[in-house]
Amino acid sequence: MSFFERLFGRKNSANSAKERLQFVLIHDRTDLTPAELDSLKDDLIATISRHVEIDPEAMQIGVEHDGRSQRLVADIPIKSTARRRSRKSK
Amino acid sequence: MPAKVITITSGKGGVGKTTAVANLAVALALDGSKVVCIDGDIGLRNLDVILGLENRIVYDIVDVIEGRCRLKQAMIRDKKLPGLYLIPAAQTRDKNAVSPSDMNRLIKELRADHDFVLIDSPAGIERGFRNAIAAADRVLVVTNPEVSAVRDADRVIGILEAEEKGPAALILNRLNPSLVRNGDMLSPEDVLDLLAIELIGIVPEDENVIISSNRGAPVAFDQKSRAGQAFRNIAKRLKGETVPFMSLDHQNGLWGRIQRLAGRK
Repeated sequence: MSFFERLFGRKNSANSAKERLQFVLIHDRTDLTPAELDSLKDDLIATISRHVEIDPEAMQIGVEHDGRSQRLVADIPIKSTARRRSRKSK
Repeated sequence: MPAKVITITSGKGGVGKTTAVANLAVALALDGSKVVCIDGDIGLRNLDVILGLENRIVYDIVDVIEGRCRLKQAMIRDKKLPGLYLIPAAQTRDKNAVSPSDMNRLIKELRADHDFVLIDSPAGIERGFRNAIAAADRVLVVTNPEVSAVRDADRVIGILEAEEKGPAALILNRLNPSLVRNGDMLSPEDVLDLLAIELIGIVPEDENVIISSNRGAPVAFDQKSRAGQAFRNIAKRLKGETVPFMSLDHQNGLWGRIQRLAGRK
């Protein structure tokens, strides 16, 4: 990257290579496409919602890697029961 | 002691597998080992020209497998190094002329009187690759610091794990230190972070590699070349020696000195 590119803040190309590879390798290794991950997310929301009230918008699901092994990580915030009760009593 | 069988593979073509095999074979033989290298790229023979032995071929690996000659007749002795032999690929056949069990039988015969058997795998993950890894005790994966080469290397590493040929070790070839410094090439740390395997060597980009392959004398013979030094270091590591990785930060010339003075590196 030249001095001028640095001056005008063009993105470091090695970093974009690394970010793109991180994404591609996860999908190559797990055979899980972004579309499949989305449909998995919808299924999870449907299943969990039958037991506990969650906020579908706030749910996060992704694949993380630890060395050469992959792990499915979901972060699912539960709506607080206290708030729900107070809302119902109004 | 029976030979160690090492396969060099990559997934993607053109990353420097054949160059790596030729140079490691030369470096090991320079160090006194008895080495035989096998060109596993049937139909696309190349290791012979890189080693400068193309005019000496009479028989090839398929002739041995199909019984037209004895193994010793297909082994070509190097011009300079008495401990180095090549078994060339057949040029007019395809990968299906050889099976993994043929390779196992052939290599069993070679193990007894050599220290190292190096196998040059073809690109890809099909039959030729399967043949090349069948008898391997150890697999080295060659890659370049580029998106397509790293992605293919990851695929191959995954297959090697599934085939219980792992853990593979990585040769990072054609690294350009000044591009890395400027943030325009994946660094060795980036590549190792992505692939999560052991590193056995980093080979800097070096025009002497092309010059020496033009001449048919691998760069490992050249005591002044940085790439030659990198290959000689990898050969020592294959023998179990601990060799520190070369510093790639060193930049000669006026501009390098100015940059150092200006504190940019």
